[in-house]
Amino acid sequence: MISKDEAQPILRKPSLRPDPQPKRIKLHKSSGSQWMINSVFISLILITIYTLTHLNTENVKLSDAFHGLGMTLNQIFFQPNAGSDGIVVLLQALGSSVLLAIVTTIIGAVVGFVLAVLASRNLTNAYLGAGIRSAMAIIRAIPTILWALIFSIAVGLGPAAAIMGLSFHSIAYLTKAYSESIEEIDQSTIEALKVTGCKFWVIVFQAVWPTIIPSLVSWTFIRLEINFANAIAVGAAAGAGGIGYQLFVASGMSFDFHEVGMIVYMVIIVAMLLEFVAVKIRQHYLTTK
Amino acid sequence: MKQPKVNAAKFLGKKRMMQTAAIAIIGGIYFISCLVLQFNTVEGIMSVPKAFTWLAVNFQPTPESMSYLPQIGIKLLETILMAIASVVVAAVIAIVFAILGSKVTGISKSMQIFVRGLASFFRNIPLVAWAMILLFSFKQSNFTGFLALLFMTIGFLIRAFMEIIEDEAGESMLALEATGASYFQVIFQGVISQIIPSLISWILYMIENNVRDATLVGILTGTGIGFVFDLYYKSFRFDAAGMTVLAIIIVVIVLELLSNQIRKVIL
Repeated sequence: MISKDEAQPILRKPSLRPDPQPKRIKLHKSSGSQWMINSVFISLILITIYTLTHLNTENVKLSDAFHGLGMTLNQIFFQPNAGSDGIVVLLQALGSSVLLAIVTTIIGAVVGFVLAVLASRNLTNAYLGAGIRSAMAIIRAIPTILWALIFSIAVGLGPAAAIMGLSFHSIAYLTKAYSESIEEIDQSTIEALKVTGCKFWVIVFQAVWPTIIPSLVSWTFIRLEINFANAIAVGAAAGAGGIGYQLFVASGMSFDFHEVGMIVYMVIIVAMLLEFVAVKIRQHYLTTK
Repeated sequence: MKQPKVNAAKFLGKKRMMQTAAIAIIGGIYFISCLVLQFNTVEGIMSVPKAFTWLAVNFQPTPESMSYLPQIGIKLLETILMAIASVVVAAVIAIVFAILGSKVTGISKSMQIFVRGLASFFRNIPLVAWAMILLFSFKQSNFTGFLALLFMTIGFLIRAFMEIIEDEAGESMLALEATGASYFQVIFQGVISQIIPSLISWILYMIENNVRDATLVGILTGTGIGFVFDLYYKSFRFDAAGMTVLAIIIVVIVLELLSNQIRKVIL
């Protein structure tokens, strides 16, 4: 069909006003978005003011508390030592936390990728996708620590509970991240392969997989960072071992803040290393794309 | 430049080899880690149905557990308010540092390095450490939870805001500078108004995230919804613990939907 819209002459009625004034140029858009921004800001600020003025401080004298905090921070950051556990035990614990993060990220990535493929709107039918997406939303809504606590009763305290608890949240998080990247793929690529009669998993591994590798890798490394932080939290609050447990014992039971300082420094070094690797890998994929 | 000849068989063979190697390496890391951690994958998978049956049996709300609702509701509201307040205060502090330290609006090279270091430092100290350190000085109060979340959020938001400024505000800043506007005019008329939608998007995300993190902080410091859950869980009142989890799920999902709607309007 050839339409001839552009061939129509542009008709304009002559203005009756003697001196057509140009419309005033507005400096600020008064649109729905501006209204929304203002109302979000105002309500957030009001809530904050209310919360801060009604905050329960249990009659702790703030000046004394800040003074105490200063002394504790001084012990932590300027006089760290390995404490009663010794550096070997702490390094072992740190190692097991790192391994915990790696294992749960691998589980999350593998299972998450399969679920993401099944959940993406452009690959599968709508009902299956919607089902998986809402199940994942519910799993994501439950904090990691609660998953770890739930599994610690079901399978007993120990690394298995921690791994399963951390994996659950990783799977849900990565499913969402991966399926969003899959949905950004050009539909024509998938259709071209469908036309040739390719099977579903052939399409996934020949078209989808190579296209999303950069975003896949960068999301996975972001999750590795998060999982390391979560591994520490799970160790502390669910007693699942690792450097988190040592941190909890040192700061909550033996009150050895010199040791806390050592642990904090060790954790910071590993976390910064992970962040550095993640940034480098993202740069590598962005430049070679 | 002369391109080396590549035929299809060679290319595909190399690709296949690379993929096999990558899978082997990842698999190897996985199995060694499992060995070290004494984790049995099969046992782990078997534990999933066990955990869910256990959940279904024990976490089922009973008529009595309705009586826990008011207590859960109050603590949950407290937690949400705390999460919002910590994010807003952190955002105010973070935007100042982000403007001082970003590559486009930064005032000096040394300031940039300082702000980046500060952000990385605050972000990477584990939340557990913040909670425990603050608990020692500030005792078991909501203020402890608020401060722990605040310090963590500052680190995250400084980095996020700096990236936003560098991505979005560079051009409008150049344009305003060309008109001869002063530094503060550029910041307040150009940069901030340009980045506000992304700013709000991040603030909303952090609120959602902090409600979840507040559970962890609560378990450690004995405040808010985390304390309630821990209390019910450790005294074996699993029906009440189930109600708490359900309440958290509802709140987080409602927050997520709400912030998605807000994002749709403003972005």
